[in-house]
Amino acid sequence: MRVGVITFPGTLDDRDAARAVVAGGSEAVSLWHADADLKNVDAVILPGGFSYGDYLRCGAISRFAPVMSLVIEAAGKGMPVLGICNGFQVLCESHLLPGALTRNSDLHFLCRDQEIEIVNNTTAWTSSYKSGEKIVIPLKNGEGSFQCDDNTLAQLEGEGRVIARYVGQNPNGSRNLIAGITNARGNVVGLMPHPEHAINELTGPSAQGLGFFTSILNAMVK
Amino acid sequence: MSLDTVSIAQSTPDNVQPFAELGLKPDEYARIKEILGRRPTSSELAMYSVMWSEHCSYKSSKVHLKQFGDKAPKSDALLVGIGENAGVVDVGQGYAVTFKIESHNHPSFIEPYQGAATGVGGIVRDILTMGARPIAVMNPLRFGPADAADTRRVLPGIVAGVGGYGNCLGLPNIGGEVVFDETYIGNPLVNALCVGVMKHGDIKLAKAAGAGNLVVLYGAKTGGDGIGGVSVLASETFGSGGSTKRPSVQVGDPFVEKVLIECSLEIFAEDLVVGIQDLGGAGLSCATSELASGGSGGMQVALDKVPLRDPSLSPEEILMSESQERMCAIVEPSKIGRFLEICKKWDVTVTVIGEVTDGDRLEITWNGEVIVNVPPRTVAHEGPVYNRPMAQPAYIDEVNSQKVNVPMPNSAAEIKAAVLKLAGAPNLADKSWVTAQYDKYVQGNTIQAQPDDSGMVRLDETTNLGVAISTDANANWSYLNPYQGAKLALAEAARNIATAGARPLAVTNCLNFGSPEDPGVMWQFAESVRGLADGCLEMGLPVTGGNVSFYNQTGSVAILPTPVIGVLGVIQDVRTRTPMSFTSAGLELYLLGQTQEDLAGSEWAFLHGQRVGQSPTADLAREMRLIELLLEGNAFFNAAHDLSQGGLSAGLTEMVLRHNVGAVISLSNPAVDLLSETPGRVIVAIESNKTSQLQALATKYSIEISKLGTTGGDSLTINESIISLSELREVHTSTFPRLFG
Repeated sequence: MRVGVITFPGTLDDRDAARAVVAGGSEAVSLWHADADLKNVDAVILPGGFSYGDYLRCGAISRFAPVMSLVIEAAGKGMPVLGICNGFQVLCESHLLPGALTRNSDLHFLCRDQEIEIVNNTTAWTSSYKSGEKIVIPLKNGEGSFQCDDNTLAQLEGEGRVIARYVGQNPNGSRNLIAGITNARGNVVGLMPHPEHAINELTGPSAQGLGFFTSILNAMVK
Repeated sequence: MSLDTVSIAQSTPDNVQPFAELGLKPDEYARIKEILGRRPTSSELAMYSVMWSEHCSYKSSKVHLKQFGDKAPKSDALLVGIGENAGVVDVGQGYAVTFKIESHNHPSFIEPYQGAATGVGGIVRDILTMGARPIAVMNPLRFGPADAADTRRVLPGIVAGVGGYGNCLGLPNIGGEVVFDETYIGNPLVNALCVGVMKHGDIKLAKAAGAGNLVVLYGAKTGGDGIGGVSVLASETFGSGGSTKRPSVQVGDPFVEKVLIECSLEIFAEDLVVGIQDLGGAGLSCATSELASGGSGGMQVALDKVPLRDPSLSPEEILMSESQERMCAIVEPSKIGRFLEICKKWDVTVTVIGEVTDGDRLEITWNGEVIVNVPPRTVAHEGPVYNRPMAQPAYIDEVNSQKVNVPMPNSAAEIKAAVLKLAGAPNLADKSWVTAQYDKYVQGNTIQAQPDDSGMVRLDETTNLGVAISTDANANWSYLNPYQGAKLALAEAARNIATAGARPLAVTNCLNFGSPEDPGVMWQFAESVRGLADGCLEMGLPVTGGNVSFYNQTGSVAILPTPVIGVLGVIQDVRTRTPMSFTSAGLELYLLGQTQEDLAGSEWAFLHGQRVGQSPTADLAREMRLIELLLEGNAFFNAAHDLSQGGLSAGLTEMVLRHNVGAVISLSNPAVDLLSETPGRVIVAIESNKTSQLQALATKYSIEISKLGTTGGDSLTINESIISLSELREVHTSTFPRLFG
């Protein structure tokens, strides 16, 4: 099982994502934004960071990277794609996922251990979790407030495409406490908190983020 | 405006030059003329003025700082010492670690966000320049009173700037300090520490060796930012019709720096550079003269090749610009092709601007005309040195002869009120409002970060080798006794890493003081340096580098003498670290060390407006025994937490709130026991069956121990005072949100 991890200029959590992929039992394959080559990977992760400095809008420039046209094409054919934080923002800019991530409601960058509830465990990236399972993983971003119009929200909720919600007080003003969503097919997932920083208790608040990286094995076995 | 060349300077020896406006003294200007045998060109004058500034030349501090060399303890760990961009120490397993702390105080007062941001950017480039991958940052910050209007202006901006830049670089912020005192009102202190790691063979130095090798400038284009001190030069002498005064604070672009880091590390990995220097203070003036000076001395640079953001810049401005995110490398011609390729991959602007030459002159041309021809050592290393007058200020005897006179709590209600007062005091309150704006998780190697005693990062995922760092200063003690204050800060920083189980290895420092032209301030500085040098010698810890920041004063009021001391230590297996607090009930709490009535310089005295009395005296031999005890006890301690500002009261508050497990404490003399700040004390938590082991260690290292109580419950109970954890937490965590929104 080969999982590609894309590095854009300004990507920060690429090595962390690769480490989590390996911890989850797969092979991590590094992908370069400027190469139109997915190197025969079975799945792709867009990691966190500030790609292109987040200039213009978060993810707006990365969306046009050569590698992204291949990701969009592969996602359309069902390849599992996970966007974490900045990767989520890129997926929204690429229209693989609806909505947008805007400034946190208190206008500060926020780094903290965040409890989230997995509310959809049928996607390629969440099948290792029980539905309703609560996990604590780091949240760290300045623009993590998920926004979309009422129709989109109704559609996301109606189709069960919200995959994770913040538990307790809303940390950033996201609509309906949304921490992550998926596309209609369930292969593309965007998540604001960072499961790759919670793969052991030594360096993270828990090992509860590992499920995202073991889920992908289940997706392939099917 | 006309170009001032060397030949014009030779033919017009009597031209009047604005040396005074550039900060040079008449005798300094005379010395430049003597060195050159003629008047300097305007470009040469610009270079000398910035390089001979206090900031770059250390002219007031040099005579004192040499003690760090003279008194240096013998250390096999030191690979690169003072003088390079940052010191490097051997941490074992083939790894070398470089770390350094610098100030960016004045820019942060003027423009808090950019000042703080570029402070982080500058120190990160220093670490990168050594050949290391930066792996963490820390920021000791000091502000005026927490409720002052100007603090509400500068603090949010500085915190956002530190976070904005560091987060975007992907560097975990693992610690620091946030301290308030009225003397910092016009002079907030923004100190920035960075640590980096490399293999021994990868160390890079700032030297331009090998005639024919190329001088390569890469990174951001040069703009007009950061010319500040020379605005007179820019606006008066060099063309009144040209550019107006430039902003004196540099503007940072962390994205460019992140790309520069990755690009540089790829260049280093392929061994493509002979020498390297970042462009920080004094920009190209500094980089070219230091590189040339570090080699055989000869270098030729075509200044007109420097890529510009603003094409109207004059050569003098280009030489002095402090535009951020630039590096200067010396590259062999055979390797330049690959060097350019890597820059292209990362979309980094790169230009060959000159070459290393035989001889010993730095020659800079502008469209073929020679505008600089100097011996580079005279610019970079042979600046003026002052032995400034110093005298013990009158206040010392006055405050030392007084005794702290503050209300001491006696009844259960008074004890509770005192604990809560300290828990909510701005200097001791929960700092999450600040640290939540910093990414502490990126890179996936953070083992400890604030509010732990020290920051700790893993270096090797296989062996679990790690380093811990703490920065500390107690400016109240330094005010009462600068010699002891520096020693006590050193001891505290070392203790803060030993509580986790890391062995102290090396020291860096950021010495923040008022004006060196005030003999009293100069005395504070000299005493602090003497204390630190003596302390490092006694503790066997080499000083690997540091930074001096003078002129931190508003009018005649100087800041408290604030030597911030950083100690780095090594832990062989980060999995064995001792955390700062406990997670279970039924553990026994012991105090290591004995509490004296040390209220002078304490937070309790500060809260009652008193800064009098005599600071404690550092007993470093005892501190070293305590450190050995902690390192050995690491094997069975459930928790260990240093006591410093706020004494036992603050220490207990921090421990019980960390994992929401209370404690029942019994004290014979609660007022002094809780509020005194006697140095060299640590709280440890152990299983009850480990008591005899602890006793044996205490005997072995001659450290007094006493039982404080046991863990458990949902309150902090001290004798008859019961403080619920929820009430304590509310008081501890509400201060910053209330003050800063």
